Parts: sequence; C-alpha cells; structure tokens
Amino acid sequence: MRLLAQIGEWFDRRLQLATPIREVAEHPVPRNTASWWYVFGSAALTVFLLQLATGILLALIYVPSASEAWSSLQALNHDVTLGWFIRAMHGWGSNFMVAIVLIHMVQVFLFGAHKFPRELTWILGVFLLLMTLGMAFSGQVLRFDQDAYWGLGIGASIASRVPIAGPTIVNLMLGGPIIAGATLSRFFALHVFVIPGMLIGFVALHLLMVVKLGINEWPMPGRLVRRASYINEYHVLTKKAGAPFVPYAIWKDLFFAAFVLLAVAACALYFGPFGPTGQPDPTIIQTVPKPDYFFLWLYALLSLLPPSLETPSLLIGPVLVIVGLLLLPFLSGEGEKSWRRRPIAVLTVLLIAITLGTFTHLAGYTPWSPHMNAWSGDPVPEQFLQRRSALERQGALVFQVKQCRNCHSLGNLGGQRGPALDSVAVRQTQDQLIRQVIQGGGNMPAYGKNLTPAETTALVAFLETLHPRGQIPARDASRDIALDEDQAQRQKAQR
Amino acid sequence: MSDENKISRRGLFMKLGILFNGLVATALAVPIVRFLASSVTRGRSGSYLSWLPLGRVNEFPEGETRLATFRNPYVMPTDGKTVDTACWVRRIEGEQFQVFAVNCAHLGCPVRWFPQSGLFMCPCHGGAYYRDGARASGPPERGLFEYPHKIENGLITIQAGELPTPGANVALLGNKPPCAS
Repeated sequence: MRLLAQIGEWFDRRLQLATPIREVAEHPVPRNTASWWYVFGSAALTVFLLQLATGILLALIYVPSASEAWSSLQALNHDVTLGWFIRAMHGWGSNFMVAIVLIHMVQVFLFGAHKFPRELTWILGVFLLLMTLGMAFSGQVLRFDQDAYWGLGIGASIASRVPIAGPTIVNLMLGGPIIAGATLSRFFALHVFVIPGMLIGFVALHLLMVVKLGINEWPMPGRLVRRASYINEYHVLTKKAGAPFVPYAIWKDLFFAAFVLLAVAACALYFGPFGPTGQPDPTIIQTVPKPDYFFLWLYALLSLLPPSLETPSLLIGPVLVIVGLLLLPFLSGEGEKSWRRRPIAVLTVLLIAITLGTFTHLAGYTPWSPHMNAWSGDPVPEQFLQRRSALERQGALVFQVKQCRNCHSLGNLGGQRGPALDSVAVRQTQDQLIRQVIQGGGNMPAYGKNLTPAETTALVAFLETLHPRGQIPARDASRDIALDEDQAQRQKAQR
Repeated sequence: MSDENKISRRGLFMKLGILFNGLVATALAVPIVRFLASSVTRGRSGSYLSWLPLGRVNEFPEGETRLATFRNPYVMPTDGKTVDTACWVRRIEGEQFQVFAVNCAHLGCPVRWFPQSGLFMCPCHGGAYYRDGARASGPPERGLFEYPHKIENGLITIQAGELPTPGANVALLGNKPPCAS
C-alpha cells in the first residue's frame, strides 16, 4: 500500500490533478437531488462510453467500402467470435442512447433545470440531442444494406427540395452523382470522426457546466427562480444544507449505470444484432425500406402529410423545432420550476410524446402502403363467392386479377390504403361504384383505361354483393322512379 | 505618441505571426475547399451524365413495361454493386418508348410495376403512378422521373448518371415528352 501511495504521489506531483478531481467529486449538492430522477444524465454518458468502446471494436473488422461493408457485417455476424454480440451491443446501445437522452431532456425540462443560470447547459444539451440523432442516422447508413441504401435516397430526396441549393447539397451529401462508395465513406467519416469528436467536446462542456453551476435543486412548488436572488438561494441549499456528491448522491448513478449496461447486454443477447437486411444492390427493387425505430415517426409523417404541405414542413419544421428548443431557456428563464405548477409544460410534453408514439405505432403497420403481394397472396374468401351469379363471380375474378386488394381489404385480408370493401355496397350506389372505379378520386387511381366495359360491369356487380346480411345495398331512389317512368312509357308504346 | 498606442517589438512580431498564419491558412483553405466541393463542381460541369445502352429494341415487347439495368457511368473502385441501376422501360409501340427511373418522385423508394392493375406502386409511402408515369395517387407531387432516350443502331439508349431527386436541376429529368433525335 505504501508503495502504491508513493507511486500515486510521484504522478500527482507532476500532473497535479488530485486536488481538482477531489474538489469536483466532493462538491456539495442539494440533499434532495440525490434522487433516482437525477440518474439519466450519467446514464446517457455511460451508454455513450459503451458506444465508443463497442464502436472501436467493430471498426477492427468493419470495412467502410460500398463493395465490402455488407460482407464484413456478415463476417461480424457469423464468422468472428462474438462479433454478433458486439454488433448487437452497439445497435441496442444506440437505441438506448436516443431513449435515455430523450428521457433526460424531458426530466430536465419538467424539473425546470433549463432556467437561469443553466441556459447554456440546456443549449449544449439540444446540440447533444441533434448529434445523437445524427449518430443514429449515420450509424444506420454504415449498416450498408437495402434499408441504408434507400434511406440515403430518402435523405437525398428531402435535401434536394431545399430551394436553389438542393442539388448542391445532394451532391455534397452523396459525394458524387449517386449513392455509392463515396457516400458510405463520408458517412463513415461523420459517424466515426466528426460527430463523435464534437460529441466528446460538447459532453465535456456540458459536464463542466453541471459542476460549475451546480446540479439543479429539486423543484419546490412556489419557489420561484429570480435572476437577482437565485445564486444566493442555491448557495444556501448547497453550502449550508448540501452534501458531497461523492458518496452521497453518486451511488444511485452507479447503480443505474450498471443496470442500463446490463439491460443493453440483455437486449443484445436476447434479440441479437440489427440486420444487415438484403444487399445494397439498387437493381433489387423488391424491397420495403424502413428506417430504424427512432425515425419511424418521420416515416409515418411523410406518408400522412398532404403533398402541398410536405416540402414546407420538411424544410421549415426542423428549423422551428430547433430554434424553439434553443430559445426556450430565454423565453422561460425565470419563475416556477416545479412541473406541478407548469400545466402547459406538462401538456406539451404529453402531446409531443403521444404524437410521436402514435406516428411510430402507425409506421409499425403502414396502413398507407399498398400490400405488394396481395395478388399472389390470398384468394377472395369463399363466403363472398357463395350463391353468386356467374357475372358476380366474374367480377370477383376481376377484383382479384386487377389487384384491388393491394389497397382494399376484404374479409380482413389486403391493404389498408383504401377503405375495406366488406360492406361497400351499403355506402355506394351502383352508379357511384362505376364512377369510382372508372374515374378514381379520393386517393384512388382511375381504372377506366385498365378495365374493359365488360370487366367494369362484372366488377361492379360483384361489389354490389358486398353488404352485411340483412342490410340492403344503397340505391338511388330517383333512378327507380326514372326507370319506372321509362318502363311505363315503353308499356304505353307497346299498347 | 501616447503609451497605449506604442507598438512594442514583441507585440508587432506577434501580430505579424498571426497575420502570417492567416495567410498560410487562407492558402491552404483553397485546396481543402476545392477537394470538399469536388463532387459538386464535377456535377455542375455536367460530366456525370452520359448516354447508356439498355439493350436491343426487340428485347422489349410492344405494349409492355420491363425492368432494365444499366451501369452508372461515373464509377469509383469501391462502389461495388451500387453503380448498377434499374429503370422501367415501357415500349408503347414501334420505336415509341418511355424510360422511367425506379425512384419514386416522392422520396426515392423503388416503385414496382403491376401489369395487371396497370400501375406503378411505391412500397414506402403509398405513391401510385399510371402506366405512362403520370401521378395517380398518394404523396408524390408529380409523375415518375423520365430519362431522355434515343434509339441508335437498334439499341435503346438513355441519358443517365445522376440520382433522380425531386429538386434536381437536371433538366433532363423533367416530365417532358421523349425527344426523338
């Protein structure tokens, strides 16, 4: 032990770091911040360190070349000892990191920690969130498979919509005219050098400010933040009634960090690595590209926005969100901290969470996408064919062959792009059905050019049989009268 | 001359040193920026595009739409399979053709041709197009991108080389009638 102490002393005489480290470790914190609510920041840091470690391990095998990246991932998954596990840890670590950073942000916001004097800490945090998302996207690109390839195409299509500079941005982003080797190489540089370097710098500043300004005290309803008096009040909380961070508060951070690491490892073990899916070969077009979990909400949003709103939303929306987040500490830099007295803050968080959750859920089963294999898939269910006339059955055949079920379901089988047709005859009259089939409209393509009159007649005859038992199909009453008059006249003429 | 305005020898050298570094940095910035912007400047000069053969005209039956592939003209050694590109070739009749990019005009996902329903459909966000490439439904704001094409020595040839994107200023990707040349 004495030898160890002597060695330590030798180093410290040269480094002179022991005193500042001890000061940081033992800096007093308000007693009530030693709470389980305050562990998410350190957990985010822990996962970031895990990502650095597993990322370096992956770089030992991974080849950032469009011709070899995919096969080097296959080698990691199948040939290299525990390569699959390191990949799975890195993939799940990324999901955990985005989730923990978001939880940390919500906690900070609801506890009013963005208010005076911690505005800059919040602003750096916003940049850290953006960088984390940047890492998540560029990481998905490095998993160079079909999803990555077409995901880049989506990125390029969005970037190209920037007025004037669009094509320039696309060429810069892709490193050339198409998604190819140079694209992967530049995303590798971003994912491995540029963004992590910035992240390390910003994390260091973020932590430095947490230490210098002190951790946010537990918000008490009614204890308002005032620029003039806050520093003194905080001083009382820490110096008079505080406790040293080590060991008073840190043990909870340590426990939670270990728990998060275990959770990442458990997910990695149980679920395994993400992909890679099919080869990044652009001539294979039988693919349904989907982004990773944290961008699914965006995928849903892009399907549901009206076309005219899409470009403005894509280009202006992110700017508004980021500027809003950056301005937040200046717009509400003082006043009430406790979420118990900030109903609008709580409602905003809930609204955003429910919106993102709903979009993510929708993206899980993509009701807006046609079912591409409906034609080769299930036949028209039997109950829709029994006791039908020859014409109606012919219509069922047209229905099947013309792939109506790519978009419409029948008997709960088929796409959800258009309405289910189980009871379409109740909703639309014969004339309306004919018009809809021939002219389309309301997001349905027009099939007039694609169906012969005989096919249309048969198809509509079949559609008219689609109504629940006991409910009569919709009919145009005026048409009956018109037909009746017509018949009466004919009868007159016969006489 | 007052004391504040007096420039010391060392102060002058420091300022000269900063100026010297500034000059060197500016000089070095020129090759760095040119290197970084090379992918853009090359595109501006139009050297990405070339005429590429897709196959003999009679490989494409009249009245049908077939998938064809071509190799992108601009190739780097590490590109692997990514330079192989697909496109949809519609032979209307005789020497009348339309060649569409597979990339959806919405966000670039690969559209698939369904001959039975006569539609191109996109798997991503549900865009649909008619057989002539015109928008049928869904989020796309326009029809499919069309490559300029010509027929030479019995070969159907297209002008391609850049990823078709909604905002691309590649005038060639407009929804113009095919130009016979």
